[in-house]
Amino acid sequence: MTKPMGKTLTAIALAAVAFGSVASADETAELVVNGDLNMVTRTAAPAHLSDVLDEINSGWLYRKDETQSLQTDDFDNPGMIFVDLAQDEWDTVEGTEDKSCASCHDDVEDSMKGVRAVYPKWNETAGEVRTLAMQINDCRVNQMGADKWKYTGGDMAGMEALISVQSRGMPVDVAIDGPAQSTWEEGKEMYYTRTGQLDLSCANCHEENYGNMIRADHLSQGQINGFPTYRLKNAKLNTSHARFKGCVRDTRAETYKPGSSEFVALELYVASRGNGLSVEAPAVRN
Amino acid sequence: MKLTSLTLAAALIGGAALAGEVAPKDVQYDESGAVAASLTGGAGDAMNGAMLAGTKSKGNCVACHAITALADVPFHGEVGPSLDGAGERWSEAELRGLLTDAKMTFDGTVMPAFYKVDGFTRPGNAYTGKAAEEALTPILSAQEIEDVIAFLATLKEE
Repeated sequence: MTKPMGKTLTAIALAAVAFGSVASADETAELVVNGDLNMVTRTAAPAHLSDVLDEINSGWLYRKDETQSLQTDDFDNPGMIFVDLAQDEWDTVEGTEDKSCASCHDDVEDSMKGVRAVYPKWNETAGEVRTLAMQINDCRVNQMGADKWKYTGGDMAGMEALISVQSRGMPVDVAIDGPAQSTWEEGKEMYYTRTGQLDLSCANCHEENYGNMIRADHLSQGQINGFPTYRLKNAKLNTSHARFKGCVRDTRAETYKPGSSEFVALELYVASRGNGLSVEAPAVRN
Repeated sequence: MKLTSLTLAAALIGGAALAGEVAPKDVQYDESGAVAASLTGGAGDAMNGAMLAGTKSKGNCVACHAITALADVPFHGEVGPSLDGAGERWSEAELRGLLTDAKMTFDGTVMPAFYKVDGFTRPGNAYTGKAAEEALTPILSAQEIEDVIAFLATLKEE
């Protein structure tokens, strides 16, 4: 059987299954990567969500078996190819200062351990909440004398993935109080604001309807612990801001720009809804 | 059927309602959110309504609702209730109100308004992600709303 034929047959079979019965992923599955890295894919919701959710769930739980299994072994996870490329980038000297990432941060496995788990994070010197992408570009411009990367581009997504892998399995733990609180509040406001001609908020789908099918899509809680995420749909790593943009666009709204203060705030808030889930990046989704 | 919608689409370019139609801003809701008067003054075409209900770029009702009568259309959603029996549960006026702006019936519902052109936050130019530069057109035309109502009215409990 050729591959396209197989896909067609699968789609027909799935359509038959999806109609008239609940099409559900295996929501009891356990995610173990490379045979020994146990991921927390469901856990008690953080305190700030206690009035709306009891449990938080990784998007991994809502994917089909074959997509889920791709994330259980780094040799099967297509996102790891981009991590390898970013490792080369880490060691590459660029810019007027004759530096690479490694010039200051040495071995990424040591220096970046735990970093992804706490981002976005308040930066005292800059007086703002910064995402990992902002910090990466800050290093490139101000430490290396190199050009900024496009916020949602391949270089950026790959470097975010490389840094994130060093925290894989650690619980997401972004701070929402202190100086980050006002940004977090702004992100929360955005999460519940209905936009566009379809008049939909993040919460309409990802808080009120996770677990339900919307056409052929199984709605998840919209957690971002797996970002940057490799999507089978476009065969590349996708950043959370690119995903936010796609979601807002799909409400028939004018989107915000990736890297904008609005999306930075939204990223902090959405990340905080996943406090307690394992960092999974690069996750595999459809 | 297709010719009808093409003709209508051509007629609606620019967002102007056809003569004799109720414009989105003029829809009269009663206290329970129902709309008594036909938006076109006439009856809808149930066959075309079935097509609209199952077509992604049109009503796309099946994105959120299961409809046994449209079993040949793949992937029906679960966000809203099944529409089987909708024609028995709701009057034509109630169905019209639910389609034009369901929030008038169910405050806070997730369901989008299919015949509404203002009052939105950050309205975009369709699905481009860019800001709307011209006045919005409703997602479905007056005739299309009536067609979907006619289709839904045929749905009886299995």
